[in-house]
Amino acid sequence: MARKVVITGLGATTPIGGDVPTMWKNALKGVSGAHTLEDEWVSKYDLPVHFAARCSTPALDVLTRVEAKRMDPSTQFGVIAAREAWADSGITDIDHDRLAVAFATGIGGVWTLLDAWDTLKEKGPRRVLPMTVPMLMPNGVAAAVSLDLGARAGAHTPVSACASGTEALHLGLDLIRSGKADVVMCGGAEAAIHPMPLAAFSSMQALSRRNDDPEHASRPYDRDRDGFVMGEGAGALVLEAEEHAIARGARIYAELAGTSVTADAYHITAPDPEGLGATRALKAAMFDGRIQAEDVVHVNAHATSTPVGDKPEYTALRAALGTHVDNVAVSATKSQMGHLLGASGAVEAVLTVLAVYERRAPLTINLENQDPEIPLDVVTSARTLPAGDIVALSNSFGFGGHNAVIAIRSL
Amino acid sequence: MASNEEILAGLAEIVNEETGLATEAVELDKSFTEDLDIDSISMMTIVVNAEEKFGVRIPDEEVKNLKTVGDAVNFISNAQA
Repeated sequence: MARKVVITGLGATTPIGGDVPTMWKNALKGVSGAHTLEDEWVSKYDLPVHFAARCSTPALDVLTRVEAKRMDPSTQFGVIAAREAWADSGITDIDHDRLAVAFATGIGGVWTLLDAWDTLKEKGPRRVLPMTVPMLMPNGVAAAVSLDLGARAGAHTPVSACASGTEALHLGLDLIRSGKADVVMCGGAEAAIHPMPLAAFSSMQALSRRNDDPEHASRPYDRDRDGFVMGEGAGALVLEAEEHAIARGARIYAELAGTSVTADAYHITAPDPEGLGATRALKAAMFDGRIQAEDVVHVNAHATSTPVGDKPEYTALRAALGTHVDNVAVSATKSQMGHLLGASGAVEAVLTVLAVYERRAPLTINLENQDPEIPLDVVTSARTLPAGDIVALSNSFGFGGHNAVIAIRSL
Repeated sequence: MASNEEILAGLAEIVNEETGLATEAVELDKSFTEDLDIDSISMMTIVVNAEEKFGVRIPDEEVKNLKTVGDAVNFISNAQA
């Protein structure tokens, strides 16, 4: 019998709240974190997209100036979320050789990389900071979290584009089940609201162009959706072997019952239109957690608000859950906070854990005319989840054909 | 040209910016590594910022000879002369 893995700590910094209580309150209320960007570079480079969803609490309001200097903005967000999750777990005494980190990013230190390139061109090599490499490396966030917590059972960085954060939980579950660690700090962090990624995502027609109305731009499942909204931030979850959590009398939110990762092997960016890879991921996560379709009451969908992405996920949900999909409350929380790329899976995992723990589903905003080809029961107003034993799923899909699913079970 | 007092004050500001150490802690007899706990990466950042601030060049091979704050002040003072 595999070790049971539970979640005992949550942390987040997002466009709709700089900590978990604020984010959760707003997620239940339904707010938009997307706003017009005031940066001079928007007009300087004539970017086709003029808005994004910035973290509501700047990292420098939380970290000291000296701490922040040695971290890329993505790492700053990751450390902020990890510290909140760690404090929330209440762990004070731990064997640090049994504490691991699985902290993901989609893009890594893009600000550091491009700032250093600008410095090299404008001021020469002498002015390129000696911290540039450790700040830009994608494992920078996992390394910083490991340093911060004294986690010595390995610090890992799953990188699978927008599935990265969910894949971190998949890895964390494995580390505990296989006996390599007793506690894993899992999460994802991203800070890519920079003109280059905005230009690049625009070039591939992935971003919404609703420049005159940013708050209504992220509209998953809506007939008039036209792309995702770039977000930023981090989410963090403390995974713990159940016996370890019980022995210290921990508050346990829920069980991480099952996870899975599959690959489409279909196209480098386009989702398989039949959702076959996503279907296999859903089925595998449910099998991993010994979950029947009827157990599932809630799904935090990937649902980015792109014209091509939202429908295959629906197809996959129907294939995996059968007609029971009609009874499942589906939340598309990117409608509120935009798409946090490699952090999105971790933040959505935090929301999914809270949904199971508090029996309430977060809202989907901006759904005015539901796409008739996606007849899901989308949560657009306050919704209570049933009592008794329940399961919620959270999906993440990434460029490269990555599909990752986690299953959260009530305790 | 800056006086030694001005160089010390300027260095103290640079060290404070990089490490958060109080400027008063940056005294002539203090060792960068032993007393101020400044690692090699921070030291290189301090060196480059000092070059810009005082308009001097501190060659990489010279940095290891700058053991104390006083060594750095003297080097910068001589380089400016």
